Amino acid sequence: MSETTQRPRLSMRIGFLAEFAWTLGPVLLALCLTTLALVAIGANPLKAYAAMWNGAFGSAEKFSSVVDAWVPLVFCSIGLLITFTAGLWNIGIEGQMVMGAIFATWVARTFDLPAAMMIPLLLVGGAIGGAGWALLAGAFKVYGRVHEIFGGLGLNFIAMGVALYLIIGPWKRAGIASTSGTDLFRQSAWLPNFPGMTVGWIEIVLAILALGLVYFALRGTLWGLKLKAIGKNIRSAFWLGIPTNRYMLGAFALCGVCAGLAGAEQASGVWARLIPSISGGYGYLSILVVLLSGFRAPLVPFVAFLFAAVTKGSIALPLDLQIDSALGGVLQGVVVLLFVLSQGVRSRIR
Amino acid sequence: MRLELKHIHKHFGAVHANDDISITIESGTIHGLLGENGAGKSTLMKILSGFIHRDAGEILLDGRAVTFGNPAEAIRAGVGMLHQDPLDFPPLTVLDNFLLGRAEGFRQNRAGALADLKRFSQQFGFDLDPDARVSALTVGERQQLEIMRLLSLGAKILIFDEPTTGISLPQKIKLFETLRRLAKQGVTIIFVTHKLQDAEDLCIKVSVLRLGKVTGEAACPFTADQLVRLMFGQSLEVRAHQAVAAGEPVLDLRDVCVADYRLRVPNINLQVCAGEVIGLAGMEGSGQRLFLRACAGLDQPIAGEMWIGGAAMTRQPYRRFLACGVVYLPAGRLEEGLVPGLNLTEHFVLARRSKEFFVNWTAAQNHAQAKIKEHHIRGAATSRVQALSGGNQQRALLALLPADLRLLLLEHPTRGLDIESTMYVWSQLLERRKRGTAIVFASADLDEILEYSDRILVFSGGRVACALSANQTSVQQLGELIGGKGL
Repeated sequence: MSETTQRPRLSMRIGFLAEFAWTLGPVLLALCLTTLALVAIGANPLKAYAAMWNGAFGSAEKFSSVVDAWVPLVFCSIGLLITFTAGLWNIGIEGQMVMGAIFATWVARTFDLPAAMMIPLLLVGGAIGGAGWALLAGAFKVYGRVHEIFGGLGLNFIAMGVALYLIIGPWKRAGIASTSGTDLFRQSAWLPNFPGMTVGWIEIVLAILALGLVYFALRGTLWGLKLKAIGKNIRSAFWLGIPTNRYMLGAFALCGVCAGLAGAEQASGVWARLIPSISGGYGYLSILVVLLSGFRAPLVPFVAFLFAAVTKGSIALPLDLQIDSALGGVLQGVVVLLFVLSQGVRSRIR
Repeated sequence: MRLELKHIHKHFGAVHANDDISITIESGTIHGLLGENGAGKSTLMKILSGFIHRDAGEILLDGRAVTFGNPAEAIRAGVGMLHQDPLDFPPLTVLDNFLLGRAEGFRQNRAGALADLKRFSQQFGFDLDPDARVSALTVGERQQLEIMRLLSLGAKILIFDEPTTGISLPQKIKLFETLRRLAKQGVTIIFVTHKLQDAEDLCIKVSVLRLGKVTGEAACPFTADQLVRLMFGQSLEVRAHQAVAAGEPVLDLRDVCVADYRLRVPNINLQVCAGEVIGLAGMEGSGQRLFLRACAGLDQPIAGEMWIGGAAMTRQPYRRFLACGVVYLPAGRLEEGLVPGLNLTEHFVLARRSKEFFVNWTAAQNHAQAKIKEHHIRGAATSRVQALSGGNQQRALLALLPADLRLLLLEHPTRGLDIESTMYVWSQLLERRKRGTAIVFASADLDEILEYSDRILVFSGGRVACALSANQTSVQQLGELIGGKGL
């Protein structure tokens, strides 16, 4: 009797440990490989990692910049959780973020309202911009039979082109056309920040709220189940009577909402203006975040934090050690590659 | 090249697909290989052409034992196969396709290949533009290209898998002429078919496979009667059929034409009444699937009108068919019906088509457990469907169907199932029929068709024989109709 109750517990513990090892192993291996790369170029790895740590957590200001990066990463990852569940590779998330920022900028430049109305309107504008751009990619896929990776990639370039055009064209600063960005938004269109930081409570609360909402929607609702069925076998899902096209378009739109919010937050909260590289690569980076989380929503904030810290921390490298900040990107890329590889190897062993 | 297959065995899991098969084929002859679906023809030919490996047995070419690791090794030894769906590259040109598979090193010898292609074309009287894209060719022309390609690679034994499906009559005459000429040049031809007429016209000798075994050989001249008996086993007694009180008309098809890129089946006229069972007989790929999918609203017929329960349903969306109580149960259980990765509970939730927003997982689990019990599914509510056996997957699919159906369309409802599951499936279907559901099913098993159908539709070579009354039809007649005789 005691044996039968003991056994599953033991196997559960082993299962958990195995899970842990399969996740942590690739991370450690990636650190080793990056260390080797540092040694190969003649840098002191310990100093480099210390510099990265300092760059991320050395001061309140630096920590604030990490949270700056964390917010869009979480928003985009949440959106991608939805599209990945539906079996869609929404590479176009980067452009959807840009479109969110553009729409938010339009709101900020067009209306003159008190902050209490301005901020919500601006965020809604960003959400609409992102959703519209994502729906375009979705329509290409559903009605035009263009794979979402190609459609999304094309739309990314267009979105960035539009942003650049607006910045040096219709929205140029009085007197000078510069790629450094538009005029600053009026103060009422600035997301309120913690004193001395470039991040505030609104975006953090929104991100956590959105994460919880999507987590429970994907788990506990019929909508989430249908999306999952579509992602796992679209033919059977259609056979079961699920309107697959409508659901896929919905997934795109919701992902676009998240990306658009991230774009609006960047424009209003961090830069207070539209700049050409407003999306900061966070859309692409969030694809890696979701992959490394193993598509599990509860892990997303932590993995996103890790990536935000590495991204921001590596900025310190060229200043302190004359190493290019690309090291951070290398580390992130290697971690994800090794993780995905280990998952593949694991399924082969099984 | 003389070919000897000796005691070939091949298992797929529990299925003994090839059971001690021995066949000898003399050099320069055209040898027919006959058998119904699942008889083991394709398995045997794939073993011979290096696509799959035998479990036991020997292959001798001109008395020399050979073993092929892959199709490239087979073709180097002189064995080439033309597949029913040509394995070519439609976006590439004729010449590109002709070049593929040549072991010539890095540089393409286009001029040499062009000369070869011209020489073969002249020899057989083929007329293919070397620069045309293969996607623009007909199936018959793609066969011609494949024949020339395999010959240029040195094939001495050519396997043709159902080559007369989907080609026109002039192309068929041309093909037969080519095959006879090739045989005269010493090429050994293996002709896999289910068409009795083709076998009679062309083959010097035939071997018949049934349930993985050679049931007999016959040398020219043979009779259709003889072949049908070998293919389908002994004729069954015609069973007394329970008469069905014709109910309301459920399905009404007028001059419907279904088609895909390969096949076109025009002029289908059929009225099905409530409580009636219609069996669709014919070799696989003769249009039964197209027909079923069109009746379910999954594909659009390219011509004709369709009514369901009196409502005009031509070119209506699939979801309207579902709302009308029409359901199609596909043969690909895990490909087109169930969702691998989801468990039974999740399937039952999806199939209920409820409007609830939040899923009550406790209630859903209880509902699933009740269904599992009711349908004797061996599996738990939390079992993922891919972990179930084929029989239990089929039970799960049946359990997913709504209680009240007007028309149930099934594709191979008992394929691959053991006897117990087969009986269960039919008890469920007959129960539904009693409640007035009309049933249309396709099957490769003639006994099954004769046993359960009220009327039978035979699909063969792009045509449909008018609905036969099942109790006035014998296996013999069906076999001949399927073989394209008397249509």
